[in-house]
Amino acid sequence: MNFLWAFLVGGALCAAGQLLIDLTPLTPARILTGYVVAGVVLSAVGLYGPLADFAGAGASVPLLGFGHLLAQGVQKAVAEQGLPGIFTGGLTAAAGGITASLVFGILAALIGRSKDQN
Amino acid sequence: MSAVSARRRDTLLFAAPPRICAWAAVGGKKEGEGPLGPAFDELVPDASFAAEGCASWEDAESRLQQRCIRRCLRKAGVTARQVELAFAGDLQAQCTASSYTMRALGVPFAGVYGACSTMAESLCLAAAFAAAGYSERTLAAASSHFCAAERQFRTPLNYGGKRTPTAQWTATAAGACLLRPAGGGGAVEIPSVTFGRVQDYEIRDINNMGAAMMPAAASTLLACFAALHAAPQDFDAVITGDLGAVGSELLCIQMRKEGYALENHLDCGCLLYDRDEQPVKAGGSGAGCSAAVLCAHILPQLAAGRWRRVLFVATGALMSQATFLQGQTIPGIAHAVELAAPAGEGKA
Amino acid sequence: MKLDPQSYAKMVRRAAPPSALGQNLARAFVIGGGICLLGEALRTLYARHFAPDMAGTLTSVTLIALSAAATVPGWYQKLAVRAGAGTLVPITGFANSVVSAAIEFKAEGWVSGVGAHIFQIAGPVLAYGTLASWVWGLLYWALGRTG
Repeated sequence: MNFLWAFLVGGALCAAGQLLIDLTPLTPARILTGYVVAGVVLSAVGLYGPLADFAGAGASVPLLGFGHLLAQGVQKAVAEQGLPGIFTGGLTAAAGGITASLVFGILAALIGRSKDQN
Repeated sequence: MSAVSARRRDTLLFAAPPRICAWAAVGGKKEGEGPLGPAFDELVPDASFAAEGCASWEDAESRLQQRCIRRCLRKAGVTARQVELAFAGDLQAQCTASSYTMRALGVPFAGVYGACSTMAESLCLAAAFAAAGYSERTLAAASSHFCAAERQFRTPLNYGGKRTPTAQWTATAAGACLLRPAGGGGAVEIPSVTFGRVQDYEIRDINNMGAAMMPAAASTLLACFAALHAAPQDFDAVITGDLGAVGSELLCIQMRKEGYALENHLDCGCLLYDRDEQPVKAGGSGAGCSAAVLCAHILPQLAAGRWRRVLFVATGALMSQATFLQGQTIPGIAHAVELAAPAGEGKA
Repeated sequence: MKLDPQSYAKMVRRAAPPSALGQNLARAFVIGGGICLLGEALRTLYARHFAPDMAGTLTSVTLIALSAAATVPGWYQKLAVRAGAGTLVPITGFANSVVSAAIEFKAEGWVSGVGAHIFQIAGPVLAYGTLASWVWGLLYWALGRTG
């Protein structure tokens, strides 16, 4: 059942993004930025946590989940360290994804080359 | 024959029309797969020129343009040293594809930028210089490269983005023409050229260049028809550059409002690719698109006598990434070149 | 010319070909959902050996590695032409934006090219995501003090 919900919720969040692309003048860059910020807000108001428990990767893999991760991270750091935690919590939680993207990006640049879209 | 050329409004009417004595078109893989594929002088299967040790798309475009110009000169039986002036342009920042091409050729060079209208702009200037007797052998050329344009104007090539239906595909292609003054030979003459005025009807969508450029095309066409005392049916074809499917439709609507039925209208963006088979959305674009269609299709039709007189109107969208991001609207321009098969010659 | 910007805007809207909304939505749903399904499978696998937080991180890292591997030969770009938001919205899309920028700007050198442009597309996501989390952290702290 977890797998089914992951597929359905993840697919629905992507389809919502497609609606924004097709029906609004928003550029993909704005949509992605909006998704992350929306993820932080939804997590802050307590809506995204239950969805993530329910849909697993269906909620954590879309960029909204990245926002949720940032929000949870800062919350945890503030709970443990007080006010200074607002400067460390978000990116600490997201460090794995960011570091992986950077490292694999530079490795890819080592071996890959820009390709014609024929 | 009177040697005094005249100017009527924005149109230069040449008393002794200069001639295009040779031309060449070079294209990439996608262009080769399009309907005009067989008409190209040369098709480059790998437009990265990696086999030649080329390391960037900017350099690749310059090589493409250089090949095209060398081919044109070979067809004319002219060496680079004999060229007295070259007008050329491309879409790269600071027009480097053309500058690096001219570094290799070593000819007197004036770089032009007219975005996708560059070929018409080069041709207008070259024709004026040839007609005025300032230059015996004048080159007009333009190029664009999908990959160089994509990385400069849009996103990295390996980035996954979807195109909107109104978006156009930048052609990987180049076109070059060699002009001689009247009496110097050549199968196609240029009786008149019209420099366009910048038009801006407040289009902001960077994925709908056809719409941004249509008013410029319409305004230049109206100026042409008025100056030449002509109507669309006086030409075998009225050929716009790179309006694509959306812009072409808009142009026909607008020209109808102005009282002209554009029944013989063609568009380079729609001629270069097969929009049903190739994923190019609204059609081709880029300075190389109209340049290649001119040299692979329009000039050969005139030289073969299948067309006697056509109007070639290439359009350009004159924004930069900076002005676009700053929220400015997209201005357009269109320059027109009247092309004709000389009377009493040709096979028709 | 018989044209003004307002009427032209209407004319342009009418002439715009409709995007195939139903097909776009279906593809985004299936491909995006598929990537999430793959994520769920990875998460389940990792959860057998690691704590939930670490399993989540490893899932992201694996998806990012797969996205990078698909970006190098140009497959991710080809998939995205069909998938639209289906490949844009998942974390794999974020990775694709970083990896493709790194590859693209190699021509300008490792520092001024790759290094400077690697977050060309992903930068706004990080900037405003981080800012939003900082604001939420401050609020959360203030709520804790008052509540």
